[in-house]
Amino acid sequence: MESTNYAVYSKGLTKRYPGADAIRGIDLMIGHGEIWGLLGPNGSGKSTLLKCIAGLLKPDRGQIHVLGQAPNRTTKGKVAFLPEIDYLYRWMKIGDILQFVSAMYHDWQWDRAEELLKFMNLTHDQAISSLSKGMRARLKLVIAMARDAELVLLDEPLSGLDPSSRGRIIDVILKEFKAEHQTMILSTHEVGETESLFDSVIFLEKGKVKLIDTADTLRQQHNLSINDLFREVYQ
Amino acid sequence: MFNTQFDNSQPIYLQVINEIKKALVRGDLSPGDKLPSQRDLATLLKINPNTIQRAYRDMELIGIVETLRGQGTFLKQGDNVVETMRNEMVSCLVEEFILQMKSLGCDDEGIVSVVSTKVTEVHAPKQSSKLK
Repeated sequence: MESTNYAVYSKGLTKRYPGADAIRGIDLMIGHGEIWGLLGPNGSGKSTLLKCIAGLLKPDRGQIHVLGQAPNRTTKGKVAFLPEIDYLYRWMKIGDILQFVSAMYHDWQWDRAEELLKFMNLTHDQAISSLSKGMRARLKLVIAMARDAELVLLDEPLSGLDPSSRGRIIDVILKEFKAEHQTMILSTHEVGETESLFDSVIFLEKGKVKLIDTADTLRQQHNLSINDLFREVYQ
Repeated sequence: MFNTQFDNSQPIYLQVINEIKKALVRGDLSPGDKLPSQRDLATLLKINPNTIQRAYRDMELIGIVETLRGQGTFLKQGDNVVETMRNEMVSCLVEEFILQMKSLGCDDEGIVSVVSTKVTEVHAPKQSSKLK
């Protein structure tokens, strides 16, 4: 089947909501080993699309295949999803959280987790309630990247963080991304620092694809950086 | 070795190729030198590893580098590689400059005289030697 050639394949993907950020008729063909930027203002449907790919939301219409199959328990085991919301229990310590998630995923890599923790200046005995917002975001990334997942979905990993945390997070993404067997989709509404990470980008507007192409093709066509193009599209 | 500030309005893989060519022409790199691994260069320049891969592949296609299995990517040895590349880059730049000047209405002598006065005034910025 055609969809097995792609890490993510969708056709006419639609999810309606009583609220605003639905997605309508999304066609995607995301190749293995690529890093994609999912760009758009708040409410454009980025999180909804990521949740459909993660298998956390069931689409109303259209087709979606993740790693060659409709999202199911097997694909969920191969997908790491970093949600935008703060899901960490405040009464736990970092060590407790890591124990907890390591038991949930068969692809958890303890050595990588320890290395990432150190790089992010975090330690096991820190209580979640004592962490700043930037530190909690770094911990979320440690949890997502310590797995050897085939598909990594990061929902707004940089949003609202201080510059040093943002820098650290971008460094880790570049350092840990394994193009030989991983694919990554990263959503953001702040494009500047992340644009050199992307092979390809999707611009979402009101739940529809506004632009989709490789980053270098868009740069060449428009003579603009992705960041400037973003401002132009959504001005 | 490389200028690590990219102009994001131009394809990044082309800029990577250009930086390597420039380092070669300047003498910061020599034919036969091993280039950094794709992963190391991606981390250093903070760009997508696939972009580096594309730059290396294109350089291989146009014959600037060769990849030896299990050993890495090397700048190709050969007679006058650097000389040819320098001449190409220089004539490209000069042609573009002359065209631009002519489009401003400058005549031939005007262009030559501007160049001869400016050449002593303009200084190149120091190249960063971050990689070496």
